[in-house]
Amino acid sequence: MDFVLIQFLTGLSSASALFLIASGLTVIFGVTRIVNFAHGSFYMLGAYLAWTIVRAFWDWGGREPYLFVAGVIVAAIVVSLIGVAMEMTLLRRIYRAPELFQLLATFGVVLIIQDATLAIWGPEDLPLPRPPWLRGFIEIAGSRFPRYDLILAVIGPVVLGLLWLLFHRTRFGVLVRAATQDREMVAALGVDQRKLFSGVFFLGSALAGLGGALVLPSQSANLQMDLSIIAEAFVVVVVGGMGSVPGAFLASLLIAEVQAFGIVLLPKITLVLVFLVMAAVLMVRPYGLLGKPQAHARAQSGMVEPVLRPAPPILAWAGIAALALAASTPFWAGAYALTVLVELAVFVLFAASLHLMMGPGGVVSFGHAAYFGLGAYGAALGLRYLALPMEAGLVMAPLFAGLFGVVFGVFVVRLSGVYLAMLTLAFAQIVWAAAFQWVDITGGDNGILGVWPSAWATNKSVYLWLSLALCIGATMLLRRFVFSPFGYGLRAARDSELRAEAIGLDTARLRLVAFTIAAAAAGLAGGVYAYAKGSVFPTYISIPKSVDALLMVLLGGVQTVTGPIVGAIAYHGLFVGILQTTQYWRAALGLSIVLLVLAFPLGIAGFARARWERAKGLEAA
Amino acid sequence: MSMTRRTILAASAATLAAPALVRAQGTQPIRIGEINSYTTLPAFTVPYRNGWQLRVEQINAAGGILGRPLEVVWRDDAGRPQDAVRLAGELLDNERVDILGGTFFSHVGLAVADFALQRKRLFVASEPLTDAIVWDKGNRYTFRLRPSTYMQAAMLVEEAAKLPAKRWVTVSPNYEYGQSAVKWFKQLLMAKRPDVEFVAEQWPALGRIDAGATVQALAQARPEAIYNVTFGPDLTNFVRQGNTRGLFERRSVVSLLTGEPEYLDPLADETPEGWVVTGYPWEQINTPEHTAFRDAYRARFNDYPRLGTVVGYDMITAIAEAIRKAGTTDNEKVIEALRGLPFNSPFGPVVFRALDHQATLGAYVGKTALRNNRGVMVDWRYADGANYLPSDDEVRRMRPQGA
Repeated sequence: MDFVLIQFLTGLSSASALFLIASGLTVIFGVTRIVNFAHGSFYMLGAYLAWTIVRAFWDWGGREPYLFVAGVIVAAIVVSLIGVAMEMTLLRRIYRAPELFQLLATFGVVLIIQDATLAIWGPEDLPLPRPPWLRGFIEIAGSRFPRYDLILAVIGPVVLGLLWLLFHRTRFGVLVRAATQDREMVAALGVDQRKLFSGVFFLGSALAGLGGALVLPSQSANLQMDLSIIAEAFVVVVVGGMGSVPGAFLASLLIAEVQAFGIVLLPKITLVLVFLVMAAVLMVRPYGLLGKPQAHARAQSGMVEPVLRPAPPILAWAGIAALALAASTPFWAGAYALTVLVELAVFVLFAASLHLMMGPGGVVSFGHAAYFGLGAYGAALGLRYLALPMEAGLVMAPLFAGLFGVVFGVFVVRLSGVYLAMLTLAFAQIVWAAAFQWVDITGGDNGILGVWPSAWATNKSVYLWLSLALCIGATMLLRRFVFSPFGYGLRAARDSELRAEAIGLDTARLRLVAFTIAAAAAGLAGGVYAYAKGSVFPTYISIPKSVDALLMVLLGGVQTVTGPIVGAIAYHGLFVGILQTTQYWRAALGLSIVLLVLAFPLGIAGFARARWERAKGLEAA
Repeated sequence: MSMTRRTILAASAATLAAPALVRAQGTQPIRIGEINSYTTLPAFTVPYRNGWQLRVEQINAAGGILGRPLEVVWRDDAGRPQDAVRLAGELLDNERVDILGGTFFSHVGLAVADFALQRKRLFVASEPLTDAIVWDKGNRYTFRLRPSTYMQAAMLVEEAAKLPAKRWVTVSPNYEYGQSAVKWFKQLLMAKRPDVEFVAEQWPALGRIDAGATVQALAQARPEAIYNVTFGPDLTNFVRQGNTRGLFERRSVVSLLTGEPEYLDPLADETPEGWVVTGYPWEQINTPEHTAFRDAYRARFNDYPRLGTVVGYDMITAIAEAIRKAGTTDNEKVIEALRGLPFNSPFGPVVFRALDHQATLGAYVGKTALRNNRGVMVDWRYADGANYLPSDDEVRRMRPQGA
């Protein structure tokens, strides 16, 4: 029983730290509708800055507690200023862009901050030396419990109380709550949105910085902090209900306690546990514990998706020429070119499959890599347990991914917007964790090796032709779907769900079918990729892989059918050409993302089409 | 930089056109393709990069190998095996490197080893610790430099068996390296001491340890001794919580890699005393070869060497010696030269075993202690890797035929 008490208190102190991060994230989301990936980076910056500032204070005035507190507060303020700077220079320009663009922009910032931190503070972990008063403990039920953890456990509820006062007793707080409910109305009433948004970023980033600074006494400042916290913070925000601060508190408590007790009972599956909780909550309460469905769909009325038209003949001819060129590569280029082309073919299909959901389907998946990976694992597991040859493996890949697509899709298509994106992320993380931690079946992080093609296709040229036939063929098929009656129905469901239902379209079912087709197509891409590389790993399913797919689609332009194809080629070209040869490739990639978001919000193909249509005198919408 | 790049491109084009001609001139550099997780684990890999850089400069200053300068083309795999495999292909096909080397994480090393076998090219795995890379999944084309999890576990078991403790718990990151480190430790310790039992195990996810809860769960099992495999940020969290909660008091702790400066230095004044660890007491090793290495490194980078530095340095030494012995960069001949090749490390003489392509590089085994508010190793000795390997017959049974 004593153990339960201690473990509960331990969970409470982790819950506090988690709540600080998550509350900032949820406040920012509630008002600005931005899913701020860079929030984890602010947390990391908070830790690094506190390391520098607190040590400077201590050098000056001795290791006193009040100097620690002062250092933590200064660090949090510096971080909040960085947050405001990001809001004013970057996000302010893209509030009207689609949600995903903002998310990508903040992801670009994550990459830039990672490399900047490495450049400024160096590669080593930086622990804050703990003076004796930070190492103290008290006896609780016969066990020693760190005094600092107890303080942390109290800070969480205190911050919750302060936030409540701020939101209920100040004008700023009232405006924030109003904007969370209906930001158009707040704007219509003459409130300066810019100030409000900057203020919210100031508050949110300060909380993240505070969180980072406060965990410093129990862990070192290190370069992996940002991504390891952000996934968990997302879970908390979504489970609690996006925009709800009390919800975030409840959810941090739930998640932290599940972890504290989970590792005792099931020490080997710590990763999957959190995401299982999230998936379970979202299945029962689609808008989180204390979240409410978004009251108004008015935001969408301002943006009309442009009409999709079949490609002009010149584009079709260009496509055929490019395909012919690609197919003839073995006769005039080296082995490396063939490798790159196979990858291109795979990524074109991967991006096109995501686009079917995102563009015509209006379903933004944040975990599309799951189906890519499931396809690859389908082929590899088939080989490992059924000794399936490549031909059967390539049939298995889309079937396996499609099967999971149906199962997950049933839950996913009930939601919309960010909740939907987050549920797809949760499913992807579950699949990833299973691939990673179910060592007996999947080989864990070692993956499954030796997934090589059948004898007739081992020749690189032959395999290139096979990949082109399968991937480009499937991509063309996906294009056909878009312009078929099914595609029109899908677009109708996206543009106006009510009207589509009124004329007898089963919109949920249409989306489910689209989701499944997209999953199967991504699975095929994964299968072709697996045989090209000879191996399958859990990293195929990781978050960065999903981000890759999103980047390809957005780079090309989500509102055109050719976009994903162009985007996949451009993105992979960028990767092969620049990224893998520079030391600071993350900063380079991050900057390209930010520039893309600022300069080409329509994507490359979208930009080209806008030009084309203007030249031809066609109306855009 | 771009000039050399262009020159190299031109040179490779020329190689395609008339290989015999260019080879005969013998002035183009010998190229080593190096892949590592530079952005994922910079604390280890940056000193490592400095290490191989230092060695390359030394060799080139002394006239290179076979009259040709040495050049390393390096890539960052971001900790992803599929990236490592595609970069290996890129290095071979595009950069036309002669030999592959590097990798940090066990699963990345295994993936590149499989690729090396498929392409029949030499791969010198410098850092991955998994045993599979030379045993279960060993192949003709893969060599591994660092002492493996088996070897380091065996070094620790030797000390652990002397402890009176009977009730053991383990804490280890949940991936290939941690799993095999725990498996061998259990197996070897139980063989020496049938009376010990393992009463609990914790498997935190790498980089995501919930330290307070983990410490409490371990304490709950009331162990007499703890075997720790966590490293890096996880280790710092674990140690801080363990210190405050008194987990390590009146208990023996045996800990893998913790004596390496990469992981010991961040513990600073909270380094727990008396842990039995493997590591690298760089400031206390005063053999002539190590002093020369340490001075050269200081002179070049104004920093002290980490374990990674030694690994990077030795990788280049071994490859250079093998090419010199083979008289060519032809991979099949270099492999023959590497099998049984002796070379000198800052740690002393090392041999690449012909039996399983494992180097006999050792590690320092000792205890942790606090000196001037920082962690150091005391009572250490060099454990030569050759003494901590299973019998030849056992190795032959584990390693695939014909590898």
